[in-house]
Amino acid sequence: MATRILIPTPLRPYTDKKDAVDAEGATVGELLADLTRRHEGLKAHLYNDQGRLRSFVNIYVNDEDIRYLQKEQTPVSAGDTVSIIPSVAGGAPTDTDTRTDASVRADADVRSVRLQPDRDLPQLTNDEIKRYSRHLIMPEVGVDGQRRLKAGSVLCIGAGGLGSPAAMYLAAAGVGTIGVVDFDVVDFSNLQRQIIHGTPDVGRSKLASARDRLAAINPHIDIRTYETALSSENALKLFEPYDVILDGTDNFPTRYLTNDACVLMGKPNAYGSIFRFEGQASVFAATGGPCYRCLYPEPPPPGLVPSCAEGGVLGVLPGVIGVIQATEAIKLITGIGEPLIGRFLIYDALRMRFRELKLKKDPDCPVCGTHPTVKRLIDYEQFCGIHPAAPEPVTVNNATDITAVELKKRLDRGDPLRIVDVREPNEYQINHIPGSTLIPLGDVPSRYGELDPGDEIVVQCKMGGRSAKAADFLRSVGFKRVLNLKGGILDWIDKVDPSQPKY
Amino acid sequence: MTSRRLVITAEVDEAIRRHGQETYPHECCGALVATGAGVAVAVPLSNTTDEGPRRRFLVRPSDYRLAETRAREVGGELVGFYHSHPDHPARPSQYDLDHAWPNFAYVIVAVAAGRAGDMTVWWLKEDRSTFEEGTLHGDENSDSDTAQAVYR
Repeated sequence: MATRILIPTPLRPYTDKKDAVDAEGATVGELLADLTRRHEGLKAHLYNDQGRLRSFVNIYVNDEDIRYLQKEQTPVSAGDTVSIIPSVAGGAPTDTDTRTDASVRADADVRSVRLQPDRDLPQLTNDEIKRYSRHLIMPEVGVDGQRRLKAGSVLCIGAGGLGSPAAMYLAAAGVGTIGVVDFDVVDFSNLQRQIIHGTPDVGRSKLASARDRLAAINPHIDIRTYETALSSENALKLFEPYDVILDGTDNFPTRYLTNDACVLMGKPNAYGSIFRFEGQASVFAATGGPCYRCLYPEPPPPGLVPSCAEGGVLGVLPGVIGVIQATEAIKLITGIGEPLIGRFLIYDALRMRFRELKLKKDPDCPVCGTHPTVKRLIDYEQFCGIHPAAPEPVTVNNATDITAVELKKRLDRGDPLRIVDVREPNEYQINHIPGSTLIPLGDVPSRYGELDPGDEIVVQCKMGGRSAKAADFLRSVGFKRVLNLKGGILDWIDKVDPSQPKY
Repeated sequence: MTSRRLVITAEVDEAIRRHGQETYPHECCGALVATGAGVAVAVPLSNTTDEGPRRRFLVRPSDYRLAETRAREVGGELVGFYHSHPDHPARPSQYDLDHAWPNFAYVIVAVAAGRAGDMTVWWLKEDRSTFEEGTLHGDENSDSDTAQAVYR
């Protein structure tokens, strides 16, 4: 027994343009099920994802709204006429709407972090409207999103490889307040990747250089610089005024410090790190999401993971990762899209591949777990094993160290010293001490047989870190006279042989 | 990138703006009926929302039927609806998206401090994920031009 259903204009494209079609069923529910079986395209517009009739879809049986009959159980028979009648509704975004961007589906599982209420957001000036027009014409950002960016603030930890592209794009995008923490000076070796600094900036403070560049990109924003090393003493105070912290650090103590401070203060951490050809990114410490310690509860043993200064880094790599961090910061502030919370992105530049790991909040996490043991900031140098708890007695010169000047003196005297360079071959190619033997640190355990334990040996690397490990190893296998060149080849070049290039 | 197009006359354009200014700070709403020549005329309707007319509009089912009847009478077709966004940009809100019907043109006019400004037209994407902006014929709103320029 067929019942006639009247189809409203917007749904007619799904019923071969017919304004009335027949379907079968004993109740309205059955009838509509049959209708959507026959005309598949109707389903998404009549029912929501939970399979219920959408609130703005009205079903009438002979001019009676089924809400006042027996809803979808309302019986129908052959003579009845069933009408689908739209309520047309809409409206402007309200101050209390948590999401106003049109691209986000109401029932999609989107976790976004909204940092400030819409009311009291600053207005955009005409200059700003012109500048941000490519944002404004996208409904996902729009005027409200841009105003949120203007009210928003990001603190960049470091003005180096990651901080450079991140801060520049954040400035260009109109993030109203950008803070930068750094205490370093621009060096020639920075310029291969730290694009916020230029060749004329070498020797200047990174902050002065970064401030000039950011202000040139966007004069409408507030740039705040903090010439200090981030520490347990100042972190909470520095983080306090900011919505998002952007971790562009290059060492473990500061990384753990940044993570813990973000968790303690409930501020999301747009995290990134880089090494050689690989980068990582995630958003840590967001509400309900995991933190860096959920992934790595303990730092690696000191020296196991080399820094970029030791291992090198592809210059464009921090560009990719820093811009991902900036993207996440912008998404967090505007509340659009799906943030990188609970996901760990790994980028391999050589294979040109992204992989994604799922990250879960660890209930036993020492900082963000259910029973945290870390409730305030600790000594992160000690935590990462960089300084022993009790400082060693201060000696001006360790008996097993030799300075570049002393080494030069002894070589000139004709002392039979064996110089062992424990760097990598490509580093040796850039500069080396004449007469030195190259045995990369990783090869020392298998190649120390090439050395005579009776000889007096000077081990040397770039700055003295790797060679100290080599010296320890050689002593452990019975070498009695091993000296470590303090400050490595860099000190040698500074003090003895300035003709060689530094890297 | 060709966008969908809604053809309205200068009079209809003016009528929608005037309606938005008259109801300010409340939202106005109305139907758009395309005549045989494909040019839409505006049919003002009352805003029957009970959620606060400053931020919401509702065309109740009986008015919807009225609009369809009107369209049939003039030998035309109901092609969409218009409404105003008082003190908000002429962009669809999440609420607009949640309540949108497919194949209808949604014209939005921004009315800032009582004066009508930008007017835009949108169509719901088939998968209901978002709106796509179209062009209003004869429309000199620079925003719509820029929207297309992005793809050039």
